[in-house]
Amino acid sequence: MEFIRFKNVTKKYKNGVVALYDLNISIEKGDFCFVIGGSGSGKSTFTKLLYREEKPTKGEIILGGLKVNKLRNSNVYKLRRKLGIVFQDYRLLPKANVYENVAFALEVMGESKKEIRPKVLKALELVGLKSKLRDYPDDLSGGQQQRVAIARAIVNDPKLLICDEPTGNLDPVMSMEIVELLADINKKVGTTVIMVTHDKEIVNNMKKHVIALKDGHLYKDYKEGEYIDEIL
Amino acid sequence: MKFFRLLGRSVRDAFKSVGRNFALSLASISCIVVTLTIIALSIIISYNVNNFSEELKKDLTIVAFVSNEADETDLDKAKKEIEAIGNVESVTFKDKSEIMKEMMDEDDAFKTAMGEWDAESNPLQHTYLIKVKDIEKIGETATTIKNLTNIDVVKYGEGMVDQLVTVFKVIQKVAIVAVVALVLMTLFLIVNTIKLTIFSRKREISIMRLVGASNFAIKLPFVVEGMVLGFIGSIIPVFVMIYGYYSLYNYFGGKLFTDLIKLVKPEPFIYFASIIVMVIGILVGMFGSGRAVRKYLKV
Ligand SMILES: Nc1ncnc2c1ncn2[C@@H]1O[C@H](COP(=O)(O)OP(=O)(O)O)[C@@H](O)[C@H]1O
Ligand SMILES: [Mg+2]
Repeated sequence: MEFIRFKNVTKKYKNGVVALYDLNISIEKGDFCFVIGGSGSGKSTFTKLLYREEKPTKGEIILGGLKVNKLRNSNVYKLRRKLGIVFQDYRLLPKANVYENVAFALEVMGESKKEIRPKVLKALELVGLKSKLRDYPDDLSGGQQQRVAIARAIVNDPKLLICDEPTGNLDPVMSMEIVELLADINKKVGTTVIMVTHDKEIVNNMKKHVIALKDGHLYKDYKEGEYIDEIL
Repeated sequence: MKFFRLLGRSVRDAFKSVGRNFALSLASISCIVVTLTIIALSIIISYNVNNFSEELKKDLTIVAFVSNEADETDLDKAKKEIEAIGNVESVTFKDKSEIMKEMMDEDDAFKTAMGEWDAESNPLQHTYLIKVKDIEKIGETATTIKNLTNIDVVKYGEGMVDQLVTVFKVIQKVAIVAVVALVLMTLFLIVNTIKLTIFSRKREISIMRLVGASNFAIKLPFVVEGMVLGFIGSIIPVFVMIYGYYSLYNYFGGKLFTDLIKLVKPEPFIYFASIIVMVIGILVGMFGSGRAVRKYLKV
């Protein structure tokens, strides 16, 4: 079943830079999809269009039946509640502990402490950090911090998990662990995962759907298992 | 329910934030304290002045002196004529010997001087004491009475009340200008305090957006913070006002200098006034932070 569709999407920034040209992409429900490409090829722009941080200049983006490009600013939060978003720099609250960081996502929606607790514990269990509830981000390794960020992203049971270079700051071992965690969530929970990366090794190992961008154009759309290491 | 949880969270955050940006918060709060103290004073003064000028007006009486040439029939006629005037509520006749007696009772000096007068030589005049229905038209009524035959002089205490009200109006204008200037300055300080909070919490705000907090949930803590500043700033003025007014009232025994100027009873007046002062503080805080949020928190 099709979950995400980009129809002739062009994104031109205000400064005149065209980040994406006439992009046509389709992603299935439950898919695990890598987005690869060199620096400046438009990978982050692609994710920003998905979570409506940016609006396309032309074309249409449909996510789970919702026309994202038509979404009004005041309603963006409704989309975000159905998404989990993870970044390279974790974006945790430094003055909040692990539990509070994950709970924050539910607190700002006005959920009660009673509703929040079991969800947070479940998410932290899934990312393997149930023993670190009271630790602060500064006390954790990069990999652990990213796990907190992932727990926060999945705590509300999103349909889609968008990860923009989640392993960018991590060493190869930790990177592999994080990718395996994402693959695990994808498999166990059924969450559709889109992961931006330029780590060839990971992409080669995982043998998943791969969307390759080059200078804002779709270079190639590899079905699961089709990807072979190429120099872009 | 969700609303109250978000509100609770916002209030908690607001108090934390006031502590964190203590210097600027203190500046805002001080400004609110000064502004509200002046507003409190203005409320107390204007309410009291209004009150006693109303009281004075209620007591206003037209005193009409009857010409000594008038005989019994003239007196009757004059009374009927006065009673016929539309605005006249009641007419009381005071015999000149009665007036003399009253004056002698009041003062020993009068007693000696007047003791030698008899009914014939008494130079005082018979008078009519007239109460009017509509105090605003007392001037016209006095003129009408004055034009009646056998009425010599007409007096009423308008001058004093008018003077007091004029003086008060000047004070009021000065107070209004001062309050407006202070409110503007307070707003400026609150806008900047909240702006600082917004900037210091940029990261938190961006994460809130990311995880799907509604615009309302993002903005609420900052607006609440402004209201908390206003609330904190109103505590001192309210206490000063309540304590100060009770002390003043008790010290002067409920009147100011003369029996004529009665102070308004502290209860419930001072509590209503406190609520007004507190609400003004909270509203000023809310407008200030609302402005800061509109200007610096683009969503
Ligand atoms: N907010 C922005 N304003 C203007 N240009 C931008 C903005 N974000 C990205 N770009 C430009 O768009 C192009 C694609 O950027 P991006 O999507 O971040 O690429 P990637 O994530 O693949 O490195 C780059 O040339 C970048 O400079
Ligand atoms: Mg990028």
